[in-house]
Amino acid sequence: MQLPRVSIQTEDFDLSAEVASLRQADAGVGAVAAFVGFVRDRSGHADIDRMELEHYPGMTERSIEAMIDAAHERFDIRAVRVIHRVGLLELQEQIVMVAVASAHRGQAFAACEFLMDYLKTQAPFWKKEHTPQGARWVDARVADDEALKRWGIAAGNAAS
Amino acid sequence: MRYFASLREALGPGQTLDLAEVTTLGGLRDQLIASSAAHAAALGRGRAVRVAMNQTLSDESVLVRDDAEVAFFPPVTGG
Repeated sequence: MQLPRVSIQTEDFDLSAEVASLRQADAGVGAVAAFVGFVRDRSGHADIDRMELEHYPGMTERSIEAMIDAAHERFDIRAVRVIHRVGLLELQEQIVMVAVASAHRGQAFAACEFLMDYLKTQAPFWKKEHTPQGARWVDARVADDEALKRWGIAAGNAAS
Repeated sequence: MRYFASLREALGPGQTLDLAEVTTLGGLRDQLIASSAAHAAALGRGRAVRVAMNQTLSDESVLVRDDAEVAFFPPVTGG
C-alpha cells in the first residue's frame, strides 16, 4: 500500500510509528533523518500560552507535495513523510514532522533540512500566538528566507 | 477570492467577483484596495501581502484567468 506523503491534521502524531512505516517496506533504507518542531513557551519577549495554526486547504498539501518532488530530484532519497498539525496547540505539543529515508545518512540529513527550509517560507501556514497580553499573528522571519537561499532558491516570503 | 490569517480576520473568508475587464493580480489587488477602507487598510501597498492563483504562489504581474481561485494572505509562518 502506498503511504500518503503529506498529512495536515489536528491530531497528534507518533514519530516512531511514522519512521517504522517509512522504512518497513524498503530494505534499502539505511538511514532515516527526522525533524520535529514543538510549541515553545517564549517568542521574543512574550510568554506563549498556546499556538493556533491556520492553513489553506488544498494549496498547503499541493505545495508540500511539490517540495517533496523537488527533494527527490535534488537528493538520493527513498521516501519522505511530512505531517503538519493545524488548529489550537498547547505548549510543548508537536507541530510538525519531516522524516526522510535514504540509503546513507548524508542525503537524509540534507533533504530533511532542505524540506524544512522550504516549508517555512513556501507552505501556506500561519501561526497565531496566544499570550497573556492577547493574541497576535507571528511575523515572517528574514532568517528563514536566508535559510532557503543556501539551497539556491529565492524565497522572498518575509520581505515587504 | 479568498483571504487567510490576518486578512481573513479583517475582510472575511472571501467573495466571488465578476471582473469588468482583464486585469493582473496586482490590478485586482488595487481594485480591492479602492473598494473600502477595510480593504485599503488590509491590502494597501506597503503591507506585506502574498497572492496565489489556483493554489500556486504567483507574481502580481500575472493576468487573472477566467474562473481563477485567487487568494491573498500574509507571509507564511508555518513549521
